[in-house]
Amino acid sequence: MTPTSQSRRGFLFRLGIYLNVLGAALVGIPVVGYVFGAARRRTDGQSWIELGAVGRFPAGETRLATYENPARVAWDGATAKVACWVRHIEGDRFQVFAVNCAHLGCPVRWFAQSRLFMCPCHGGAYYEDGSRASGPPPRGLFEYEYQVRDGVLWVRGGQLPTLSRPV
Amino acid sequence: MSAHGRGLIRSTLGWLEERAGLGGAIAPVMEHPVPRSTASWWYVFGSATLALFVLQIATGICLALVYVPSADGAYQSLLYLNFQAPFGWFLRAVHFWGSNAMVAIMTLHMIQVFLFGAHKYPRELTWIVGVFLFLCTLGMAFTGQILRWDQDAYWGLGIGASIASRAPGVGDTLVQVLLGGPIIAGRTLSRFFAVHVFLVPGILIGMIGLHLWLVLRIGINEWPVPGRVVNRETYRRRYEDEVHRDGVSFFPHAVRKDMVACGVVVLAVVLCALLFGPFGPHGVPDPTLIDTAPKPDFYFLALYALFALLPPWTETVVILVGPVIAIAVLFLVPFLAGTGEKSWKRRPVAVLSVLVIVLAVATLAALGVVVPWSPRMEAWTAAPTPVRYVHGRTPLELQGALVLQNKQCRTCHSLGGEGGQRGPALDGIATRQTRDQLIRQVLQGGGNMPAYGKNLSPAEVNALVAFMETLRP
Repeated sequence: MTPTSQSRRGFLFRLGIYLNVLGAALVGIPVVGYVFGAARRRTDGQSWIELGAVGRFPAGETRLATYENPARVAWDGATAKVACWVRHIEGDRFQVFAVNCAHLGCPVRWFAQSRLFMCPCHGGAYYEDGSRASGPPPRGLFEYEYQVRDGVLWVRGGQLPTLSRPV
Repeated sequence: MSAHGRGLIRSTLGWLEERAGLGGAIAPVMEHPVPRSTASWWYVFGSATLALFVLQIATGICLALVYVPSADGAYQSLLYLNFQAPFGWFLRAVHFWGSNAMVAIMTLHMIQVFLFGAHKYPRELTWIVGVFLFLCTLGMAFTGQILRWDQDAYWGLGIGASIASRAPGVGDTLVQVLLGGPIIAGRTLSRFFAVHVFLVPGILIGMIGLHLWLVLRIGINEWPVPGRVVNRETYRRRYEDEVHRDGVSFFPHAVRKDMVACGVVVLAVVLCALLFGPFGPHGVPDPTLIDTAPKPDFYFLALYALFALLPPWTETVVILVGPVIAIAVLFLVPFLAGTGEKSWKRRPVAVLSVLVIVLAVATLAALGVVVPWSPRMEAWTAAPTPVRYVHGRTPLELQGALVLQNKQCRTCHSLGGEGGQRGPALDGIATRQTRDQLIRQVLQGGGNMPAYGKNLSPAEVNALVAFMETLRP
């Protein structure tokens, strides 16, 4: 009798383990990449998006604008749409805010009479320049980078604004 | 039935039993002896939860026959279920009320086993698996709410992502993994569908099997008697003695009450489904329709309220560390108090803990229903100014009443019981603040009130304060 470790049985047992570990790894590594791949990005996920002609946003007013997320997939439906608040200060000076409250992401509404943004969820309030007025938000509204080119307003977006990644 | 027919059935069963041997395997399980004291109405919550789980699986499979897990089709398929598919509304209603009932009855089960000391030696592992089951069920509740792809689901995900984003260092990564992409959209729904329909139910089924196996192997917790202290050396022998001396077979002596309880909860769910119908979907999940006030289902109302009431500077720590501590404590309960008294009559700390937790959660949930911190967005145009506050006022004061209305003060302040509750009611404000204090408060804000200095002209402030000075009881 040879020792078990050197016998054909021992070899087959070890071969069985190795083959299965190899199989698990060959399937498992791509699975991990597949599930968590969403978190890996080659770019910062932001791109320039056209919001519309400057004329659509009268100076001194704050209006809701919408755009389609550039990183959409065909089956996104209405959820590919994103809303933002455009405040036209004067001339080429704008402020574009994400609708998402900086507290927990609910959609803030603009009240032109009191010149405040208010959040329906937990009562956060912001001044017209987006700075925090009261309530639980830890900061002001998230503000998009913008530019005006040939009378058209563009913003840089494409990502849900959160505290760890403001737009 | 004729003797021949009965003989045929018996021979068929005999044929099956000879090959499958299921009767031989199940009989000892069904007939295993349990302490007589456990054939009690207090011991039915576990079985009732299991019955509801089976109901959820059955109705869930049916809903999946029609539901479209796609961001552009989910909402339509829910409407189709509600209004066109035969009995679709009923299955959706049963699934919804069943999920509510499952969370509720499971919570009762957890409280009961804790008060009866069932987490103590040698049933620590049963408790730990039970905590997993509890967390998985809450996970099912949250993911199920997302599959109801409406405005609440969309903004609920926004809240989930905002919470995840607060995790230091990994926040952004967590958000991306949670959403399956850069925004809440099609890939997010597919992800939650897979988790709700395959992943968590699979884990639940395995865990329930383990939970039941542990109950069978160690024996169901006996009725706790004050003074009969759990001791690692003597407990198991004493338990065996009790079962031998005064045991009954689980089937049919203990199972009767379980069966009645299972029937009652399932019928209660069916009754709720018939009376109240399916829940939602509530508004098209279009993120550009921002006139919405998203709210979670009842099991998360307490958390929702907590987020509004925590002082802002504590929030990130409490949101991130709180659940970790709470879950850790649940898991550690059997190790913190694994022996000793089992009876609630001799465990004042245990009873008080349950009372405090139940009261705190119930109070927060009740506040979550009323939402006193949320602005009343429509009050400035919809709420009338009480007649007694305009009667006999000067033109300046009346102008002030208009400023108060037009500048939307009533979004947060009520008058005559109507308006927001974020700030104090303004009835009687003149008895609490002087003219100078009122002006300062309006212009500079503070104490959770925005400053209105830039939005009000001196004339408007003058009129507003003149009006408020007339507000006395």
